[in-house]
Amino acid sequence: MTEMTAKYRNSFLKEVEERVEEGHWVKMCMQCGVCAGSCPLGPHWAHPPQEIFMMIRAGKREEVLTSDSMWMCTSCYNCVVRCPRKLPITHIMHGLANLAHRLGVAPKNQPTRQFAKMFWDNLGKTGRVNELRLSLSLYFKDGFGQGIKNAMAMKDVGLGLVKAKRLNPMEIVAPHSIKDKSGFQAMLKKAREIEDRRKRLS
Amino acid sequence: MSEQKIGAYICQGCGLGERLDTAELAKVAQKEGKAAVVREHAFLCNSAGIQLIQEDIDNEGVTHVMVAACSRRAKTEAFNLDKVAIARANLREGVIWTQPDTDEARELTQEMAADYVRMGCAEAKNMTLPGGNPNTAHNKRILVVGGGVSGMTAALESAKAGYQVVLVEKTGQLGGWAAKLHKRVPFAEPFRDPQDSGVAALAAAVESHGNITVHLNAITSQTDGSPGQFSVEISQESGSTVTEEVGSIVQATGFTLYDANKLPELGYGKTPNVVDQAGLEKLAQEAAAKGEPIRRPSDGGDVKSVVFVQCAGQRDDTGKHLPYCSGFCCNTSIKQAMYFKDANPDTDAAVIYTDLRVPGNGEDFYRSAQDKGVTFTKGKVSAVESNGNGCKVTFHDLILNDQSAVAEADLVVLATGQVPNSGVNIDALVATDNEAEESAEAETVAPEEIKVVSVLNLTYRQGPDIPQLKYGFTDSHFICFPYESRRTGIYPCGPVRRPMDMLQAMEDATGAAMKAIQAVENASVGRAAHPRSGDLSYPSFRIEGCTQCKRCTVECPFGAIDEDEKRYPVFNESRCRRCGTCMGACPVRVISFENYSVDTVGSQLKAVDMPDEFDEKPRILVLACENDAYPALDMSAMKRNTYSAFVRVIPVRCLGSVNTIFITDALNSGYDGVMMMGCKHGDDYQCHFVKGSELASYRMSKIDDTLKGLNLETERVASYDVAITDIDRVPQLINDYAATIDEIGMNPFKGF
Repeated sequence: MTEMTAKYRNSFLKEVEERVEEGHWVKMCMQCGVCAGSCPLGPHWAHPPQEIFMMIRAGKREEVLTSDSMWMCTSCYNCVVRCPRKLPITHIMHGLANLAHRLGVAPKNQPTRQFAKMFWDNLGKTGRVNELRLSLSLYFKDGFGQGIKNAMAMKDVGLGLVKAKRLNPMEIVAPHSIKDKSGFQAMLKKAREIEDRRKRLS
Repeated sequence: MSEQKIGAYICQGCGLGERLDTAELAKVAQKEGKAAVVREHAFLCNSAGIQLIQEDIDNEGVTHVMVAACSRRAKTEAFNLDKVAIARANLREGVIWTQPDTDEARELTQEMAADYVRMGCAEAKNMTLPGGNPNTAHNKRILVVGGGVSGMTAALESAKAGYQVVLVEKTGQLGGWAAKLHKRVPFAEPFRDPQDSGVAALAAAVESHGNITVHLNAITSQTDGSPGQFSVEISQESGSTVTEEVGSIVQATGFTLYDANKLPELGYGKTPNVVDQAGLEKLAQEAAAKGEPIRRPSDGGDVKSVVFVQCAGQRDDTGKHLPYCSGFCCNTSIKQAMYFKDANPDTDAAVIYTDLRVPGNGEDFYRSAQDKGVTFTKGKVSAVESNGNGCKVTFHDLILNDQSAVAEADLVVLATGQVPNSGVNIDALVATDNEAEESAEAETVAPEEIKVVSVLNLTYRQGPDIPQLKYGFTDSHFICFPYESRRTGIYPCGPVRRPMDMLQAMEDATGAAMKAIQAVENASVGRAAHPRSGDLSYPSFRIEGCTQCKRCTVECPFGAIDEDEKRYPVFNESRCRRCGTCMGACPVRVISFENYSVDTVGSQLKAVDMPDEFDEKPRILVLACENDAYPALDMSAMKRNTYSAFVRVIPVRCLGSVNTIFITDALNSGYDGVMMMGCKHGDDYQCHFVKGSELASYRMSKIDDTLKGLNLETERVASYDVAITDIDRVPQLINDYAATIDEIGMNPFKGF
């Protein structure tokens, strides 16, 4: 069977059901389009959720996984609230994004993806989110010059936070961590192992 | 006829006493209305008031009662007096509730009330008490034509209600389409899996019921008579004929599946791997009998993928195929997809649809199919081609807007629609007759409909089958009176009436059975059927005046009037619905009912006191259909909507009963305008008599020339479609019309 005709077989749908969080809901979509109409970022997506679901059923694996559409989801949950079939659309979007990322096919410079990665790396190191380091790495992600400009633009907010004792400048050199850091990291490692096994990732 | 004595009763309740000078009205009734007995009462509809009237009937010999109180639609039970003819003058809804309660308005309000009293007396004077249909017939057996699910259900329901049933089935076995199903769409919770069709049990129940006589391999070769006295010739395939006498008929002749051979572009007939839904049921039944899965017809190979093409030859806007949706086929495809998924979940089953329409609890069934992994793809199939031992389905994916999406399948199922088995389209027959009369080349006209074999073979003047509305489905109003046909005592049900699935057909059949029972019961006591249920009046005609013009026999919407050998009309009273369309049609005005005639209406409109040209008090006659427009006027009055005090309203049974003489009389007597309010007509008609308002509008389309001939403005006669919900629109229409009359000025015939 040619690739063209294989498109409408169920193989990718089955993969999504197995490997994507809440992926077993995709087949229940009835193509009403309420999610697409409800999304505040709708006009900025290449494919609204309704279309993503249809593409999954149509077997358009590469188009779906390399799409930046699901990265555009801001988790406002409008679609989930309105879906007449009660699909957890937001979760499915994040699940698809996660699968694409883990398979290494997600769009490289997609800013949501970049920030999510920074956040996760930052959190994994100490068990706490170091806001100062996270903000700075976000400011400087597009180079040193842009980083200085971003930091200067935000300096009043930063100084205000320092004055109000909401931000400790020392965190930049000596970030504080949770009590059992190695235990926390072992837990994440185990979770990753379980996920990889379940989703057949490695 | 014994001596006529009119008793006029004027109510003072509901504010009538305060708003009107009832003593003055009593004088009007006595002097102008020629009422022998006139009484006023503070509360006429209470027991004391009714007793007052009853005593006059008993002691004074009152034969005709004129009640001047509320609308004739109100307090009908209180004023339901035995053995007297009753006319009602509508002083409450018609006068005080529609006129402002001010000193300035008092004079006009009183004039209005006085006119209604005059009109009531005039109507009473021209009425006689309906005696009931003398030609009643008492046969209460019910004939069911068709032995499918609808027919069997109708037969069983009638039999259970205690009626004798004769069931005629064309084929050699009961069951119809349902017998050809492997399984059916579920009828009950949780609507998850296909069910056994249940048809064998239904057939067994029919065959074993003591009240049901079944004729197999038989057709109704002639149907004669009317409700309570149909005589039906049943011809067996063997050639023998029996005659059954029945009281009413349920026509459950079902449907034929749209011929998939007309869909070569979808591969039908080109490869055995493309089947229609009936074809798939056959494959499923055969496979189940062998205990095997469904196999590919071309080579007996495994079916690994199956594609269902919805709306095949349906919802077609090119004019080549069925334009409508058959409503059952989405659920059927879902069910059939489950045949495959339930047997082997690895089979790919895809349904390609444009809009998935799953009536009833089909939404749950649809969800169940999705849960089982049936793929639903929104798309429009353009071609199915044979591809080795499989098929290539090309379609336009409507979500992804892919014009040439392709699905590969071992088996393709086409969801074709239902074509009703409604027999001959008698309107097409008439049209052809007319064409044939007009042109000598009769042989060139041979519409396909004519070749269709009649189902009922009625001996009616208007043709051998039930009239159709659209696409061959029998004519009935799908909301207001779904089971009625335009042939009294004959009730179509099931897919012959509109496309439907099995569950709907069963409900439909039960409804039709109830109508059939109602029809025989009404016929046996000489009463009318829907919508004037219980009416005892019936049309009669003065044979001396009849010119044998055939208008009444042609126009009767219910085929109630036949012709005798001298071409005089023959009224079949039990077929009559009492709309009066014949009375409206008759150019020599010889047709009348005992309590509704050219005289009852004509005398009312002439009874109105006509002010002269210089009084600046125009008079507008409103002829309002009593089914919708008159109730709308009443309800408008209940809301205290006011309208011009110059109108005088006369309710009519149907605009179809409006004879053009009413218009001529009105204009000659000095009315400045005539408003006719009737129901909407056309394909989405609301007329309770189906064709009445349409015929009225046709007749009135000719009136403009007459008006011009008389040198009158065409605005003097106006027609309006009024629905029962037009409560706020109706007073507006009246006021706008009154303004128009004000503009064009008074009728120049006034005072002649």
